[in-house]
Amino acid sequence: MASVDRELKDTIPTFGKGGDPAQTVDISNWSGLASELSLVKTGAEWAAILLVAVLIIGGGELLLRLYEVPTYIMPTPSQIVGALIKDFPAIAPHVGHTLVELLTGFAIGATIGFVLAAIITQFPFAEKIIAPYVLLLVTTPMLALVPLLILKLGFGYAPRIIAVALASGPMVMINSATGFRRVDLAKIALARSFGASTLQIFLKIRIPMAMPMVIVGLMVGSIFGLLTAVGAEMVGGSFGLGNRLTYYSSLIQMPQFFACILILAMIGISIYVLFYWLGKRWAGWEA
Amino acid sequence: MADRAVKLVIDQASKYYETRTGRVHALDRFSMEVASGEFVCVIGPSGCGKSTLLWSMAGLHGLSGGRILVDGRPVDGPNAQIAMVFQEANLLPWRDLQRNIELPFEIRRQPPDRARIDGLLERVGLSGFGAKYPRELSGGMQQRASIVRALSVNPSILLMDEPFGALDAFTREEMNLLIEEIWLETKKTIVFITHSIPEAVFLADRIFVMSARPGRLTRVFDIDLPRPRDVEVTTRPHFVELVAEIKRSIEHKPAARAA
Ligand SMILES: Nc1ncnc2c1ncn2[C@@H]1O[C@H](COP(=O)(O)OP(=O)(O)O)[C@@H](O)[C@H]1O
Ligand SMILES: [Mg+2]
Repeated sequence: MASVDRELKDTIPTFGKGGDPAQTVDISNWSGLASELSLVKTGAEWAAILLVAVLIIGGGELLLRLYEVPTYIMPTPSQIVGALIKDFPAIAPHVGHTLVELLTGFAIGATIGFVLAAIITQFPFAEKIIAPYVLLLVTTPMLALVPLLILKLGFGYAPRIIAVALASGPMVMINSATGFRRVDLAKIALARSFGASTLQIFLKIRIPMAMPMVIVGLMVGSIFGLLTAVGAEMVGGSFGLGNRLTYYSSLIQMPQFFACILILAMIGISIYVLFYWLGKRWAGWEA
Repeated sequence: MADRAVKLVIDQASKYYETRTGRVHALDRFSMEVASGEFVCVIGPSGCGKSTLLWSMAGLHGLSGGRILVDGRPVDGPNAQIAMVFQEANLLPWRDLQRNIELPFEIRRQPPDRARIDGLLERVGLSGFGAKYPRELSGGMQQRASIVRALSVNPSILLMDEPFGALDAFTREEMNLLIEEIWLETKKTIVFITHSIPEAVFLADRIFVMSARPGRLTRVFDIDLPRPRDVEVTTRPHFVELVAEIKRSIEHKPAARAA
């Protein structure tokens, strides 16, 4: 039932000039990525998801024990959780390092990306010139630059933060730019007719209008940032979760290795939930 | 009209748009005078320059020739005396009704006139809807909210650009009655654009008819139907006659058809 409704809704264009704004419905469809969570609605669906998790974890535990798979090939879930608890004091500082790199790099990249998008979309000519370079930044894996950055800047935070910023910034920028390009002349004229200044139009019309796409950019950009931070840590240096992955695997300490992956998964999911929630709050008006 | 002060003067207004494919001549030496408290309608075929004319009055864009005076002063930008009501309510979807209506105050950095706003919401039957978002309201309710938004700052001139064009016939009729009542109560000067002749006849003191692009004034009709007008009036022979006469006058403009 629900899925049929959703499909029907997706085939009806909800935007465009003739659209009746009163008809817009669901508030969670503001991006493909962001709508994933909203697929899960009822308690029963949550219960089913939990059940699948229990089956996978329990089944994995059972099979690994049954076939006596050695720990160095694949540890059981209970061994992973055990390692997570036992070795957490040793791993925790590395979580901190990764988060510092991610948050700093993302803050820098996202700010620059957002501001550039806001400015550049006001000048269509400049935008045309810059667009291919931004695309280049988006499509080139910034990880490739890390060895070079390490060569210049050493094994500290700096190369990693730069890599994270370079990975997330362009992502934030192209999505925000798409948002800022959606100008609705009637809304701008409305504000202008009440005497709004260019700045007021920007703050009260253009930014809210761009918000749904900005949040999509922040979500994608931060997840790219996490990937890049971990990748950069694997390339060089002696700290961070990525570094722990190489460390534990070189020592064949697989429970600890998977404990780190578990932590990364939780960080990723937290980022996703955060932006999903922000999207509902700031972009929920758009169906 | 001689007994009332002239509120709005449009004097030989012309407007060209420069586009990539060349010049578009949208408005051609259009002139009219509107008395204070008068209700005038402007009708004409789609694309003839009606919105262009209205946007010039609102100071949203300049003219290529001619001038527009409000209270004797030339319009050179948005004016606190003038508020616009747009086609399709043009509410901001990310704001609830209350915050939509407070937008003009926010822009002017004034505290919102709560008493006035509440009175207007009550008047149009939207009391208690302040926390609703536009998408939760019908088209008619949205348009009523946008009228409240325009009136909240107490302008002396209301410019309405096909405000009810997107509404169904019943809602439209209701809105016509409402806008006439509001006009009778507030005595605002209203310039109302429509392409519905019956709507224009129902509402207007005078109707200005425009030709196809470039928009030129072709005829002016005085509508002497008594006020207040109700739905009843639309069935009267005189009303039907006026509608027919205006229709004929438009059809007898062969320039557009031959071209
Ligand atoms: N910004 C613009 N640039 C170029 N042409 C425009 C612009 N705005 C309107 N026009 C053209 O000017 C003519 C009059 O437009 P408009 O005033 O919107 O007509 P109406 O409101 O009577 O339908 C139309 O042919 C339209 O295509
Ligand atoms: Mg128009």
